[in-house]
Amino acid sequence: MTLSPILQLTGISKRFPGVVALDGVDLEVYPGEVVALIGENGAGKSTLMKILGGVTKRDAGSIRIQGQECEIPSPREANRLGIEFIHQELSVLDNLDVGANIFLGREPTRVSWLKLLDRKRIYAEADALLRKLGLNLSSRTPLSRLSIAQQQLVEIARSINARARILIMDEPTSSLTLSETQRLLEIVKDLKAHGVSIIYISHRLDEVEKVADRAVVLRDGRNAGTLARQEIERERMVRMMVGRNLQDFYVSHDATTSGDVNWFTVSNLRTSRYPHHSISFSVAQGEVMGLAGLVGSGRSEVAQAVFGVEEALACEITLGGKRLAIQSPQNAIAEGIYLVPEDRRSCGLIVDFSISKNISLPGLKRYATAGLVDFSAENTKAAEMCRAINIKAPSPNIQAANLSGGNQQKVVLAKWLALSPKVLILDEPTRGIDVGAKAEIYALIRKLAEQGVSIIVISSEMEEVLGISDRISVMHEGRITGILQRQQFSEEAVMRLATGSNG
Amino acid sequence: MKKELGIFVLLIVLCVIVAIINPNFLQTINLQNLARQIGAFGIFSIGLGLVIITGGIDLSVGSMMALLGVLLSIVLTEWGVSPLPAVLLCAAVAMGLSLFHGVLITRMNMQPFIVTLCGLLFYRGLARFITHDETKGFGAVEGLGALRSLANGNLVGIPMPFILLIIVSAITWVFLHWSVYGRYLFATGHNAEAARYAGINTRRIITLAYVASGLLTAISGIIFAFYTNSVSPANHGNAYELYGIAAAVLGGCSLRGGEGSVVGILIGTALLQVLRNLVNLLGIPSSLDFAVMGGVILIGVLADQFFTDRRNRRQVVMLQESPTAESQQ
Repeated sequence: MTLSPILQLTGISKRFPGVVALDGVDLEVYPGEVVALIGENGAGKSTLMKILGGVTKRDAGSIRIQGQECEIPSPREANRLGIEFIHQELSVLDNLDVGANIFLGREPTRVSWLKLLDRKRIYAEADALLRKLGLNLSSRTPLSRLSIAQQQLVEIARSINARARILIMDEPTSSLTLSETQRLLEIVKDLKAHGVSIIYISHRLDEVEKVADRAVVLRDGRNAGTLARQEIERERMVRMMVGRNLQDFYVSHDATTSGDVNWFTVSNLRTSRYPHHSISFSVAQGEVMGLAGLVGSGRSEVAQAVFGVEEALACEITLGGKRLAIQSPQNAIAEGIYLVPEDRRSCGLIVDFSISKNISLPGLKRYATAGLVDFSAENTKAAEMCRAINIKAPSPNIQAANLSGGNQQKVVLAKWLALSPKVLILDEPTRGIDVGAKAEIYALIRKLAEQGVSIIVISSEMEEVLGISDRISVMHEGRITGILQRQQFSEEAVMRLATGSNG
Repeated sequence: MKKELGIFVLLIVLCVIVAIINPNFLQTINLQNLARQIGAFGIFSIGLGLVIITGGIDLSVGSMMALLGVLLSIVLTEWGVSPLPAVLLCAAVAMGLSLFHGVLITRMNMQPFIVTLCGLLFYRGLARFITHDETKGFGAVEGLGALRSLANGNLVGIPMPFILLIIVSAITWVFLHWSVYGRYLFATGHNAEAARYAGINTRRIITLAYVASGLLTAISGIIFAFYTNSVSPANHGNAYELYGIAAAVLGGCSLRGGEGSVVGILIGTALLQVLRNLVNLLGIPSSLDFAVMGGVILIGVLADQFFTDRRNRRQVVMLQESPTAESQQ
C-alpha cells in the first residue's frame, strides 16, 4: 500500500487504578482498508477504541489523522474528524423512528432561525439510505419494531449518513444470526469499496478471515503482532492472541468426576423469555458444566431462574436428592446455591461499599449477635478472604468502585466462598478482566470443583468454555441443543449447536 | 464522621456569630425554645432520613401531621377516648398509611415521589374535610397533662421534645449503624439490584423504612399538636416535609440513596432551626426566612460535594500508589 495512512496511533498508553490497560500500542489504518483488531477480553481493544472515539483520555502517545496531529477530547470531536463508533451495545433510541435515529444530532432544518425539522428531507434521504443497505422498510417505522439486526443496520446507516471516514465496529455480529452476519459482512465490503476505513473488532475469527485486509493483535495491552491478508488464519491468530499454550492457562485436570451424576438437577425449567421451551440438565458433584450459546439464547435467564432473581414459569430443582422450592435469592442462598452475575457492577457488587462490607453482605447475620454486627469479625474474615484469593488492595476498607475489574470479580467470588458454596453459577465470570486475574479465577474454579462444588459456567468466550468445562451444554433460542463430553469438544461442535444449524 | 464535621463546624460558627451580634441568643429561654423546636423537627426528620437512605422520599409528612392532629383532637375531645389509646391510634394510623405507601412503592413499582405526593394532597384534603375546615383544639379536656408536658414540659430544664429526640436518635443510631438491618438499608439504597442478588429482601427493607418514618411522624405530630395547642387543618404542618428533606440533605444524605447518618440529620435539623432563630434575632425581615434557608442549604450541599469529590480522588491516588494494588507483573 503506497497511500499514506488515514489514521496513525503511536505509543498509546493508558493506566487505570490497579491495571495497565494499554502500554505503547501502535495502530495504522489506510483509506479503504478493513483492519481487524483482535485479542482476548481485557487485551485493550475497547480501551484503545474508546480513546479513538473520544470517550477516554490517553495518558501518552499521539493520534494523527491524515498526517495531522490531533486531540480527541470528546465523542463530538471524534465525529467531527470523521470517526464513527458502532458499539457492541446498540446506542439507537427506541422511542424514535428510524429516520430520526439516522439523523440524530444532525437534523436538516428549514426556516433557519426557527430550526424546524425538515421532515420531508429526513425521511426521503433516510429511505434512500435504507434501500442502499438492503433494508426493506420505511424510515417512519418506530425503531422499537425492528429486530436487533435491523437496529444495527440503522446504526450503520447513521454512521454512513455522518460521512464517516473511519468506522469502528465493536463486536457487530455478537447478536446476529448467521445469515444476518453474512449480510453485514457484505455491507462492510461495500463500505470499503467506497473508501471508508473500518476497524473491525470481533471474537469470531472466521469473520475476520473473511473480511479483514489486515489483523492487528493485542495482548495484555501491547501489540502482539500484525498479520497481512494472506497470513490471516485461525491458528496464527489464536497463537498470537493467547501468547501461550492453552494447557498452561487452564489448569489441567482429570476429566472423570466422581460422585453422583444427578447431584444437582434442574428439570422442566421454563422462563418468561422462552415460555414454550423447557430445559433440563444436571451437574455432578465436583463437575464444571459449561453453558455455551450465543447472546440471547437464554443462558442468563436459566441462571437467574435457578438463583431465584427472576421467577420461572415452571421449575423443579433438586440438590443431593432433596427437592428445593426456590422463589427468591434468599431461598437459593439458604441452600448454598450462589450466582456470580453477568453484570458485576450493577448486580454483583455494591460498588460504593467497601470490600469488606461486600464480602459480608449475604451472610451478614453470621457476623452478628442480637442483630448487631461485629465489625472486627467482619473485617477479619474479609482480610482472610483477600489473602486467600489474592485480592489486590491496600486494605479491605477500600471502596469496591476503585478496584480493577479482576479484583472486583474476586470480591464477588469471595462473598460466596465465605459461605461455602454447594452449587456455584458463574455468568461470564471473566468478562473485561485482565489475563492474569483470569488465570487466577480459572484456577479457583477448578479448586472449588475439586472440593466437591457443582459449578456452572456461562461464557461467550469459546476458549474459556472449552478450557474450563468437564462437559458443555449448548443452548440455542431457549433450549439445550446438545451436550458435549470432553472428548467431543471443539469450537466447531459448539458453534454448530449454538447456531442451531444442526439439532 | 468526617463527613458530618464540616456541617458541624458551620453550625458552631453560625451560633457564635449570632451570639456575638445578639447576646440574647444565649438566654436560657431562647435556647430552650430552640431545643424544643429542634426536638420536634428532628424526630420526623430522622424518619425521613431513613426513607431517603433507601433512595426514596416522603412528601406526605406535613399533611399526615395535620390529619393526625385533627384526628387526635376529635378522638380526645369529641369521642372522649383516654390519652393512651388515642396516641396509640394515631401511631397506628400513621404506620398503616406508611405501610400502604411502602406496598405501593415496592409491589406496584410506583415512584416514591408520586405515591407520597398523592399522600400530601389526599391527607390534607381529608383533614380539611372531616373538620369542615375548622381549627381544632384540645379545649378543656381533663387528664391531658402528660401529653401537654410531652410538648411543652421540661425535664431538669431540658425541653421534653429534645429529650425524646435524643432517645429516638440513640435507638435509630444503633439500628442504622450497628445492626444488620441498617446495613441492609444502606445496601438497598446504594444498589437495590445488587442487594437483591446478595439475598436481601429489599421490598421488606424499603417498606420498613416507610413504616418507621410513619411512626416518627406520628410522634412529632403529637408534639406539634400540643405545642400549637390548636390544629388548623389547612396550615398545620405545611411544608414540614421540606424541612425534613433539607435537614437530611444538609446532614449528608444523598437523594440518590445509600448515604446518610443519624448524627448528620441531627446537625442538619439544628442548623435549620438556628437559621430560623437567627432570622428572628438579627432583625432580618421574616419574609426572608425561606430565602436565607435556601441559600445556606445550597452552599452547604455544594461544599459537601466539593469535599466528597476530593476525598474520593484521594482514595484512587492511594490505590494507584500502593504497591499491592499493582496488576500482574
